[in-house]
Amino acid sequence: MKLNHKDFDNARLVTICENRIDAVCAIQFKDEMRKLTDAGPRRVVLDMSQVEFLDSSGLGAVVAALKAKKAEQTLELASLQPAVQKVFHLTRMDTVFAIHDNATSAMAGVADAS
Amino acid sequence: MRPEKNSDVSTCASLGDDYNHHGGNGVLRLIIPANDRSVRRGLQTIKSSMSNLSLSQDDWSTVELVIAEVLNNIVKHAYSASDTGLIEAHLNYSKETLDCTIIDTGHSMPNGEIPKGAQIDLTCDIADLPEGGFGWLLIHQLTRELNYARRANQNTLSFRLPFATEH
Repeated sequence: MKLNHKDFDNARLVTICENRIDAVCAIQFKDEMRKLTDAGPRRVVLDMSQVEFLDSSGLGAVVAALKAKKAEQTLELASLQPAVQKVFHLTRMDTVFAIHDNATSAMAGVADAS
Repeated sequence: MRPEKNSDVSTCASLGDDYNHHGGNGVLRLIIPANDRSVRRGLQTIKSSMSNLSLSQDDWSTVELVIAEVLNNIVKHAYSASDTGLIEAHLNYSKETLDCTIIDTGHSMPNGEIPKGAQIDLTCDIADLPEGGFGWLLIHQLTRELNYARRANQNTLSFRLPFATEH
């Protein structure tokens, strides 16, 4: 499970460098995300563009990440592939998360912190 | 103690070659050990063997999701993640439909029936959002003719997936 991140002004962009979030790696994903939100700024945006497959355990891990964020933080999603979007839609989790078309639009107007 | 085995030794895939040359129809029988990594590999085997159907991305993603959910449930609940059981999958497919039967010898379904998988109320505080219970919701929404039987210490789940897209 590899998650990359890049910090901007008051925002952290986390990129999932895996093509599957499934039962094999869901717990590890949840733990890694927790570290990144704990130490993260007010906004955390999760770029899912590389994720081709997400099952219910993967979805549960993304929900767990949302629940583990700090109260003053937001966890937003970006760039859901159709197979991933389908899972969010069928479970109506697309009504719970802020979902951006892509990472670029999610970070539009945010200054690079590095 | 069983040694930790992640290799594919107990995976047996037999392709129905007699069928494969007639309009993309095919049968696949797959036996995998009941653990998460074998489920992942099993899905890859299914994908390769069904590739001659040239399914749309949308149809394939439904096949992969439903079979993943069924197999994950067996690993987690029927065998309680003990990593000692086997799962047998029979797939019979054409360009129009996939008929799938999945057999295990783990625990019975709760109350001997398929869990309902009802939509969970999400209009709650973030802290109260469910982290599970989505698997059966997805299976019920995506399958047709979903049936379950418990006979002779064996669970048999069968379902049909119609392919919506012309290809």
